[in-house]
Amino acid sequence: MKKHWKSLAERKNGSETPEKQNLPKGNLEQILDIFDNGNEKSQSNRRDFLKLCGYSLAISTVLASCENSVQKAIPYLIKPEEITPGKANYYASSYVNGSEYCSILIKTREGRPIKIEGNDLSSVTYGGTSARVQASILGLYDTSRYKNPLKGDTKISWNELDQSIIQQLNQLKESKERVVLLTPTIYSPSTKAVIEMFLKSYPNVKWVQYDNRSASALIKANEMCFGKAGICDYRFDFADVIVSFDADFLGNWLMPVEHIRQYTKKRKLSDGNTNMSRHIQFESRLSLTGSNADYRIPVKPSEQALLVAQLYNEILKLKGLESYSLNDTSEDIRELAKELWENKGKSLVVAGENDLSIQILINGINYELENYGTTLRIDKQILTKQAIDSDMEQLLTDLNSGKIKALFSYGVNPVYDYLKGEEFAKAIDKVPFSVSLDMAPSETSSRFKYVAPDNHFIESWNDLEPKTSRYSLMQPGIRPLFNTRQFQSTLLAWIGQETDYLKFIKNYWEEKLYPIQTAYPNFTGFWNNSLQQGIFEPKTKSVFDTKFKLDGIGELIDNIANAPKSSGFELQVYESSAMGDGKMANNPWIQELPDPVTKICWDNYLTVSPKQAEEMLLETGDVVELNSGIKLPVYILPGQAYNTAAVALGYGRTNCGVVGKNVGVNVSKLSQFKNDSRVDSSIGVEITKTEEKYELAMTQTHHSMEGRAIVREASLREYLKDPAAGNESHQEYENAGIYKKPNFPNHHWGLVVDLNSCVGCGACSIACQAENNVPVVGKKEVIRAHEMSWIRIDRYFSGSEFNPDVSFQPVMCQHCDNAPCENVCPVAATTHSSEGLNQMIYNRCIGTRYCGNNCPYKVRRFNWFDFTKADSIPNNLHDVAEMTIDLKRMVLNPDVTVRAKGVIEKCSMCVQRIQEGKLNAKIDGRRPRDGEIKTACQQACPAGAIIFGDLNDKDSQVVKETSGKRNYYLLEEIHTLPSVSYLTKIRNKETNNS
Amino acid sequence: MYVSPIREPLITGKKTYQQITDEISAPIEGKAGKAWYVGITITIAALFFGLAMMGWTIWQGIGTWGLNKTIGWGWGITNFVWWVGIGHAGTFISAILLLFRQKWRTSINRSAEAMTLFAVMCAGLFPLIHMGRPLLAFFVFPYPNTRGLWVNFNSPLLWDVFAISTYFSVSLLFWYVGLIPDIGTIRDKVKSKFKKAVYGFLSFGWTGSARHWSRHETMSLVLAGLAAPLVLSVHSIVSADFATSVIPGWHTTIFPPYFVSGAIFSGFAMVLTLLIITRKVLNLESYITVGHVESMNKIIIATGSIVGIAYITELFIAWYSGVEYEQYAFLNRATGPYWWAYAIMMTCNVISPQLLWFKKLRRNLAFTFVLSIFINIGMWFERFVIIVTSLHRDYLPSSWSMYSPTIVEVGIFIGTLGLFFTCFLLFIRVFPVIAIAEVKAVMKSSGEKFTNKDENELS
Repeated sequence: MKKHWKSLAERKNGSETPEKQNLPKGNLEQILDIFDNGNEKSQSNRRDFLKLCGYSLAISTVLASCENSVQKAIPYLIKPEEITPGKANYYASSYVNGSEYCSILIKTREGRPIKIEGNDLSSVTYGGTSARVQASILGLYDTSRYKNPLKGDTKISWNELDQSIIQQLNQLKESKERVVLLTPTIYSPSTKAVIEMFLKSYPNVKWVQYDNRSASALIKANEMCFGKAGICDYRFDFADVIVSFDADFLGNWLMPVEHIRQYTKKRKLSDGNTNMSRHIQFESRLSLTGSNADYRIPVKPSEQALLVAQLYNEILKLKGLESYSLNDTSEDIRELAKELWENKGKSLVVAGENDLSIQILINGINYELENYGTTLRIDKQILTKQAIDSDMEQLLTDLNSGKIKALFSYGVNPVYDYLKGEEFAKAIDKVPFSVSLDMAPSETSSRFKYVAPDNHFIESWNDLEPKTSRYSLMQPGIRPLFNTRQFQSTLLAWIGQETDYLKFIKNYWEEKLYPIQTAYPNFTGFWNNSLQQGIFEPKTKSVFDTKFKLDGIGELIDNIANAPKSSGFELQVYESSAMGDGKMANNPWIQELPDPVTKICWDNYLTVSPKQAEEMLLETGDVVELNSGIKLPVYILPGQAYNTAAVALGYGRTNCGVVGKNVGVNVSKLSQFKNDSRVDSSIGVEITKTEEKYELAMTQTHHSMEGRAIVREASLREYLKDPAAGNESHQEYENAGIYKKPNFPNHHWGLVVDLNSCVGCGACSIACQAENNVPVVGKKEVIRAHEMSWIRIDRYFSGSEFNPDVSFQPVMCQHCDNAPCENVCPVAATTHSSEGLNQMIYNRCIGTRYCGNNCPYKVRRFNWFDFTKADSIPNNLHDVAEMTIDLKRMVLNPDVTVRAKGVIEKCSMCVQRIQEGKLNAKIDGRRPRDGEIKTACQQACPAGAIIFGDLNDKDSQVVKETSGKRNYYLLEEIHTLPSVSYLTKIRNKETNNS
Repeated sequence: MYVSPIREPLITGKKTYQQITDEISAPIEGKAGKAWYVGITITIAALFFGLAMMGWTIWQGIGTWGLNKTIGWGWGITNFVWWVGIGHAGTFISAILLLFRQKWRTSINRSAEAMTLFAVMCAGLFPLIHMGRPLLAFFVFPYPNTRGLWVNFNSPLLWDVFAISTYFSVSLLFWYVGLIPDIGTIRDKVKSKFKKAVYGFLSFGWTGSARHWSRHETMSLVLAGLAAPLVLSVHSIVSADFATSVIPGWHTTIFPPYFVSGAIFSGFAMVLTLLIITRKVLNLESYITVGHVESMNKIIIATGSIVGIAYITELFIAWYSGVEYEQYAFLNRATGPYWWAYAIMMTCNVISPQLLWFKKLRRNLAFTFVLSIFINIGMWFERFVIIVTSLHRDYLPSSWSMYSPTIVEVGIFIGTLGLFFTCFLLFIRVFPVIAIAEVKAVMKSSGEKFTNKDENELS
């Protein structure tokens, strides 16, 4: 090659110029030398450099053109000892929502609470939960919560707030003006102590407790009859005969979680135990409890008092005591009295109406039946409801008269849920100084001048005593998310005390509770253990001589007997078992949980009887107007007593965040204040049909089993004769296949559902939703049958439409070993595991929905829209409940994939839990123990109706249950070989001919 | 070859070969009429409406359709099966009738095959857009990949993929091979240089030499042999989508023959719909004669009767099986909330074709046209009945539900109609609607000119 030179020097010295040799290190052009291991001779030139630049540019252009969102993962600077990424921590705590209580475990992942489980150690709830307990975890991440202390609408600091409130309190104290502290029933001993200290510091403060669903009459009746106010501790598990007058004890009466557990315990049948309670329910609307009863008698609310009186009278007669003259006692009541009398000491009669005379007579009946001390006792009490209705009425009068100069309110929402809510609202506006200590805005708190926001219960410390000497601790699962302070600390701050409430509780426990136990020699041990277990249940012996004495029973019965018979239309308001009192209206999981009986979600509605509907030419969805001006859509409910109607409370919130706002209608004003207590039923109601139509969101629109053997049932008598009663066809199909059944050498996971235990409450559905990140779709999509729940509870009516038998059946993926869904998927996105699970591979799914069509159980769910923000196409989010905002996404379970638009999903039998259990066992070098792995639905079930286990493990409970005669597979005739089975439903009836 | 004198001629009007070429290629050489422009404007508008609805579906999700947790397939798959069915006539005419040496096929095979291709194109769209994640549709192909993913050969939906794609490719090939001599003819006739170049390229250098003809004939025969079993297999496989499932009303072993005869039934109906108009508009009455229409009507009555027997057999077997779910499924079809769909299906598919036993009606063009539309509607409802009424009330009454389509689904169907007719309208402007060469081949035996001459000579 011809050599060119640039200068004489270069020409003389050849190509390597001295200048170049002496170039200082670090020159840009030498950057390539690093690839040559510092080889002196290899010298990179400009061309190489430019090549590299060009190459880097091309590569970076290619790489950068694929836009990736930046995700920050920030490691712990100092790793907390107890947190291991990927491993869940559980903290024993307590769920409290007004008078609802549950002992729980908070499951946290990397420090963030994601799930609530029941606490097995509690002898109140026994590890059971309710739908609302399960859903409450979402309330922690509710965006509508107060995030700062407020003065009017402006943000202020806690210091400023404390100063101005203390100043006000002192002024009021000096001027001796009346101040009221309004709370729900406080059954926390330490909180009570705090309040007492507060009252002592400010003697001008009066403390009023208000329960929106009070048990005032029960409390008073006990006081009058036995000289001891309070609510009895009921033991449904000790009762052979249960008679309930409109007490929805499986729904919302006093402590549903506990009562469902007790009730179902007495109704579980096995070869060893063939004893089952008989349950008779008198009620007007078909409640959850009524739909589980063996006999249900539809009566009008106004007829109950007389029936109770007649029953009391008959029992007196049977006992040979002086009875009263009551006419027209029906044969049914005589029979009932006889049956109760035969089971005296082993029966239980309860009534739900908040009516003093009924409750007194019920006490009389239980007393004469010698049930006190066995199925109920007055010395041990349920403490979650203590408020007396007349206190509230008095408060309203005082507020109206302007005597009260300041109002402090915590945890109650009377403007919304008190029967004179509107009047209350006006009264609050008149109070010159008002402070709300609520967690989230409500119709009441938004009227207050100051807001001192409370923590969510998952951020709080507390102690509780829901039942006599059943103590339980509440410990936080996370620090407060917002600038909030728990109610107790706030009160402590206002009396100039240290605000550390945990310290306060500890001191209280050391002083009051530590001495009554003997197991621990020092307080630290006692405290740590109680905190770890979440409960402290000292054995206390109480001697209480239950003596029933009351004058004037005769007069009372006369009044009932002589009361004019109401012939008109009667209306009852009730709490729906999903929504409850409406405090959780902003919780989309609860809104989307269908009512167990009507299967309607996202609304309240007026239930009317089929006969009424025929007379008035009403159809489900027609809007009617009550004479109180309220307009409601109608639902024709089989079993609703003729000439009665019922409507659920808890809807129609107007100030609660975007989810629950204006969903349904507020019917609180339909309760009445009568004889010093709130009464839920009213007579003289008229309804008129309007021309309007309203669409209700129903998850089930067909109510008959069409004579198919879907829920198999028998009467107890038939069952005793033949345990396979009602299940005769099972044998026929059991070995009908011509091929060998598949064999699973290691594990074969299975699930059995006891239809005799399942009461249909729906806790499992919400637990599943929380565990498996099941999306919320909203009312509109539920109407279009697009709901996503992985476990649904099918409800069927059978028999007469005026008083049908009801069957509940939880249906989830049946994990068929010969699954119709698996062989039809073109891309093999759903396959069978070596452990008998039917698996979904979301990444592989292209969404042909062929599997869903071919599933005979219709349990497969399709992501119709982008509900979760997991879709790759922008601007198509369908999120009606803010479920995809960052705060609410904190509730997602990191072990479960969030599914994208266009894929099928379904129950995985909580495969992530199975995997966790297997890994734990593997680390310990053992097989997983029976009962160690629990699915979310099983864990949540207060009735213990769902049992999960290994079908290959001969000693497991699931094998024990499935090898019984009651076991059957759903649609076993089509030979899908499900891993989920059902146990027949047994009704304690003479015949089962419906 | 002897032809019976009472057999009516297949080509009327004493045509010369030159006349045949000129008349059939007239639409390609001449300018399009007003009607053509009006037609294509409407069909393209429909096509774009459909495209917009498809885009909306892909963007928003299948939730824009009326489907739900119980009913996973609705109009989409109904349309798919309907279009596939329509796509059966072309290949039946060209392959099976070729093997059976049916001369009358020569006048209709070209357009019937074109119709087949367009129908299969429309059909193929539905499985694609009915997917929740159509962007991942390539998952259905067994392509090699590093993740060890493979498709599920047990799934009838996968068989569909192969069946439809094979059918489409073979039909396309068959059609094009048949077109080559005619394209050569057009190439020689057109004046513009550009057109000459294009047709020249498409004719693959056809010269009409004896060797070309020999190869062409052999190739046609081989393809006919290949295509004939496909006519039977495609709809059998489509029917397997349903027959292999467990859903009452789907789980039926009678489906393969029932679907194939239904497909030929509907395919011929669609051919009639199109050709009765085409022959009039393009002045091809002497090639597509009333005799042709009658022949097709005879096939319609045969296949229609098979379909009718299948319907009745289904009902009988449901009763005879003693399976309560099966019995309910059929009772629900006939008397449930979708009874009207069942009634339309029965009237259009079973009762109305029986009128063709009357020769007068068989040869009546107006009647045949109306009937063909009836059959198209009836066969659409047959698929709707099978898919929707079986799904909406299956095993567990708790999940029973109802279905009605949304504007999006209707729009997509309209879009495919737009696609179909747009393609057909373009087709009649660029390719000869009747196979010129093949018609000429039967001229001597079945042309009026020659048959009449024979008659004259005899007398």
